[in-house]
Amino acid sequence: MKNLMKYFRDYKLESILGPLFKLLEASFELLVPLVMAQIIDVGIKNRDMGYILGRGGILVLLGVVGLACSLTAQYFSAKAAVGIGTRLRNDLFRHINSLSYREIDIVGTSTLVTRMTSDVNQVQAGINLTLRLFLRSPFIVFGAMVMAFTINVKAALIFVAAIPLLSVVVFGVMLISMPLYKKVQRQLDQVLLTTRENLLGARVVRAFNRQEDEAARFGQENDMLVRLQVFVGKISALMNPVTYVIINGAIIVLVWTGAWQVEEGIITQGEVVALVNYMSQILVELVKLANLIINISKALACANRISGIFAQESSIVERGGQARRDGADRREGSGAGDGGNRPESGRDRAEAEYEASGTGKAEAGPGRMGAESDPAVSVPRVEFRDMDFYYAGAKEPSLSKISFAAMRGQTIGIIGGTGSGKSSLVNLIPRFYDAAKGAVLVDGVDVRDYALKELRGKIGVVPQKAVLFKGSLRDNMKWGKKDATDEEIYKAIDTAQAREVVESKEKGLDLMIQQGGRNLSGGQKQRLTIARALVRRPKILILDDSASALDFATDAALRKAIRENTKDMTVFMVSQRATTVKNADQILVLDDGKLVGLGTHRELLESCEVYREICLSQLSKEEVTQ
Amino acid sequence: MKNKSTIKRILAYIGRYRWGVLLSLCLAAVTVVTTLYAPILIGDGVDLILGPGEVDFQGLKQVLGKMAAVIAVTAVSQWMMNHINNKITYHVVEDIRTKAFGHLEILPLKYIDSHPSGDVISRVIADIDQFSEGLLMGFTQLFTGVLTILGTLGFMFYVNAWIALVVVCVTPVSLLVASYIAKKTYVMFKHQSETRGELTGLIDEMLGNQKVVQAFGYEEDAQKSFEEINERLRGYSLRATFFSSITNPATRFVNGLVYASVGVAGAYAAVNGLLSVGKLSSFLSYANQYTKPFNEISGVVTELQNALASASRVFALIDEEPLKPEDQDAVDLKEAKGNVGLEKVYFSYNPDVPLIEDFNLKVEPGQRIAIVGPTGCGKSTVINLLMRFYDVDSGCVRVDGHDIRHMTRRSLRANYGMVLQETWLKSGTIRENIAYGKPDASEEEIVRAAKEAHAHSFIKRMPDGYDTVITEDGGNLSQGQKQLLCIARVMLSLPPMLILDEATSSIDTRTEIRIQKAFARMMEGRTSFIVAHRLSTIREADVILVMRDGHIVEQGDHETLLKKGGFYARLYNSQFAVT
Repeated sequence: MKNLMKYFRDYKLESILGPLFKLLEASFELLVPLVMAQIIDVGIKNRDMGYILGRGGILVLLGVVGLACSLTAQYFSAKAAVGIGTRLRNDLFRHINSLSYREIDIVGTSTLVTRMTSDVNQVQAGINLTLRLFLRSPFIVFGAMVMAFTINVKAALIFVAAIPLLSVVVFGVMLISMPLYKKVQRQLDQVLLTTRENLLGARVVRAFNRQEDEAARFGQENDMLVRLQVFVGKISALMNPVTYVIINGAIIVLVWTGAWQVEEGIITQGEVVALVNYMSQILVELVKLANLIINISKALACANRISGIFAQESSIVERGGQARRDGADRREGSGAGDGGNRPESGRDRAEAEYEASGTGKAEAGPGRMGAESDPAVSVPRVEFRDMDFYYAGAKEPSLSKISFAAMRGQTIGIIGGTGSGKSSLVNLIPRFYDAAKGAVLVDGVDVRDYALKELRGKIGVVPQKAVLFKGSLRDNMKWGKKDATDEEIYKAIDTAQAREVVESKEKGLDLMIQQGGRNLSGGQKQRLTIARALVRRPKILILDDSASALDFATDAALRKAIRENTKDMTVFMVSQRATTVKNADQILVLDDGKLVGLGTHRELLESCEVYREICLSQLSKEEVTQ
Repeated sequence: MKNKSTIKRILAYIGRYRWGVLLSLCLAAVTVVTTLYAPILIGDGVDLILGPGEVDFQGLKQVLGKMAAVIAVTAVSQWMMNHINNKITYHVVEDIRTKAFGHLEILPLKYIDSHPSGDVISRVIADIDQFSEGLLMGFTQLFTGVLTILGTLGFMFYVNAWIALVVVCVTPVSLLVASYIAKKTYVMFKHQSETRGELTGLIDEMLGNQKVVQAFGYEEDAQKSFEEINERLRGYSLRATFFSSITNPATRFVNGLVYASVGVAGAYAAVNGLLSVGKLSSFLSYANQYTKPFNEISGVVTELQNALASASRVFALIDEEPLKPEDQDAVDLKEAKGNVGLEKVYFSYNPDVPLIEDFNLKVEPGQRIAIVGPTGCGKSTVINLLMRFYDVDSGCVRVDGHDIRHMTRRSLRANYGMVLQETWLKSGTIRENIAYGKPDASEEEIVRAAKEAHAHSFIKRMPDGYDTVITEDGGNLSQGQKQLLCIARVMLSLPPMLILDEATSSIDTRTEIRIQKAFARMMEGRTSFIVAHRLSTIREADVILVMRDGHIVEQGDHETLLKKGGFYARLYNSQFAVT
């Protein structure tokens, strides 16, 4: 919560003036019954019309001044609330953008969207309400009591008794019914769930002829809901009658004791009327206060959730220059000592490669830190050194002891079952996640030693889910490179086999993409996202199962074009399809987070059981060996 | 016009509870009268306390006793009225909701496919909820509100006509102010919600695809467009919030004016001996309460309008034309042999976009039909026609020689076992899910089906075995496990014909092999339609249907099609495209 309080500082003046004016208004309101008492006791008693008119004028004046005060208060509150909400939203958006994949995984996208939208709105409304009413209602309640004391102590004691009693009833009913309303909401969610389930599963429900049973089940859920609703309704319907009884009971007592006081000449008739008026004022404000407390507690809960997002720090931190060398040395040491031996046959090759590239780097590495322009071919473009990776909160590593080196111009295929760690592996290259042990190097430099912008600028990523953004196709393509010319864009589009998509829409690069790219098919989007990554002519291209929506022919043409047009580029291809990775220079076979095979198609067929199994499940025997 | 008929229908639903409604109205009348009577009694009481030595304790006792009785009556009748209103409202809502849901089950799939599920859900849930709120408010506040206003006026005119006139004259000011503010606020709120929508769109897009945003280093640009929209939102929000928050002070002010006028006019009357102080005090408390029902009623009217709009959306759903009823003499086919024929079938979802044209196919019992083609080419259309989820435009589909439009839907569908790639499971236990097609299956049957589907072993390993509850969308199962459960579901009552959708990706190799085995076991001796992705399935098929852009472009067995050198050949050969 503390990190949100600072927003009030920018609206200090408004936050103080708002409630202050509100209190002024309330004070004027409290004066009204007193003026009325004077009209009765002085004006009517003395039959003084001039006095009565004068007091009437004061009543109107009180109203006008009150209105002016409260408008001022409303304006300041609105200004503070909206201003704070706006800043909060800006900061929250910036903060969320700074989070790394790890935190996004933990929190979840839909949660983040809710925090940004409805939670901030709730907080904004809560601030507004608090500034306006939080002081006003208690002030009126206690003010009425104090005014009663100024009239007569004995009568005021009735207030002292009635107010707690009323509070108990009002807050009690709310306290009891609130959790019940939550229960109602949950049951309503259940009804919603059943409805959605039936819509999504309409085919299956009908295929199994279960329509009537589903309707019966819905009937039960619905019945349960109504029973709950009626029950809660019964309880909250108590509030009005009970408070009515208390207030009017208090008035009866008030009039009765008042009568004795008047008889003895302690107070006047007009003052009895004033006391009755004060009593009536209390109820309205108490109900308001109770509602206000519910709203504020909701807003506080939202604020706490938002605060929780701010508390999430990005785990990906850019390191300063000094830390670079030290870190690199330390890791080098641990990496060498840890090369465990595993029985997998493909693994031996990986070991050997790692050994070779490792020594090459040791000679040339340190001198060339960050000097990426040096075209020394012997330095692997991407290298994993005995790397372990854990997802947030996971006990088991998602990738363990991964070592391999990808050279300039090579195509690396990555294959394996669901959850085998294929996507995780490629996500480590642009440092979307950090390794837990070992290191990932790009051009011989640990990825943690790059500025993120520099590192990611070298890499073109085509994510699994093909997403384009609202705006023109040209704008979308420029994500890859801000100053790209149409020529460059078209070149990328050609390579991505997307020329036909652009031409079929007849708008060229001015084609407007709808939100989420709804006006394009899955395959079209995939090809365009590939083009987007190619526009920046990256040194490393990562295709994370990016051709799944393409038919085999387009997929093949795409692979061919990438190979031909991007001679120097190191390409990572993640796929479930054996045909996609078959012709890669190296194929990494992952199983349950372990690298169980590394080599070419032919080598792996010989040596890697998992790879052979995958191929056989997808291709026929002849196709496998072809 | 439209509103009128909607209201009529709502009244028809309420009609079932007419005695309750009547009772509620009576109680409302009692409540209003006693509520209004209380201030008069207080006034009477005050009149008995004139000054020192002038207090009539005996009379006061009586008045206060009366008052206690009145309070008790008010409280009891108010509570009963609220309770009855709750009951009626929620039951009416239950009736409508059940009706709406029941209708969903008999609507053609065309409706469900062509309407976003969110829209339908919001009709059944949110709209009906909105309706219930409006109805409840209408019940509790509209009638009592109107009664209170009339009663107050009546009492005031009864006590003193002149002062009552003063009140009546000031009233319109309150209404004018309120409606002026409401109009202003509405415009601002509209701007605000439009801008909010724009902002939410951007948030959805950017946060939903944050990984892409980061991969391309687009954070700064996103922030810029965000702040631009946010700034506009600030302007609108400020005005909307401010305008809406002046309603209360403004009406309070008008209320104050009424109070002051009553005070002065009452005092004038009292001076002239036309009114006692006690009566003045009753007047003042009326003046305090008088404008409240006006504000409430204007609130109720908007609520009711919303409720009407919601109700008409719900009724629109209920009015959607349901499936054509079965023919009287529809064939009830017990156990199909597995002859399937499509004759000159034409079908399209949209009359302007022809899809399946002059499609003929003859399938002998036990044959395997593979449907191949790129994703999105319309393979599911064929399934839709076979299962009669959609009716053909012309031509016909036959099973064992019967046109399926002359069969009961129940018997047609009972003859097919269907496993789709989109694995839909109910929230419920694993056991319930496997027994979905045969709710009375015995434990042994269920376990046998699970074993045959190679699902038994993983089910055993689940925390509660067959009683493990599957959460919504099967979140606690992997894609492959869900697929196996869907297969077990069909295994249980293994019908004579099958429709299978092979999984493409997202299933690990070992599960994939198991699923293949399960499929193979199911298909033995059964007419099967398979949406095929694996070449081995395709090659073993008796007939291959090659689809592209919704059309069936080629049809034949593997050898024939390969020789033909058309689209299939290209598709097939591209698998081996060596650079």
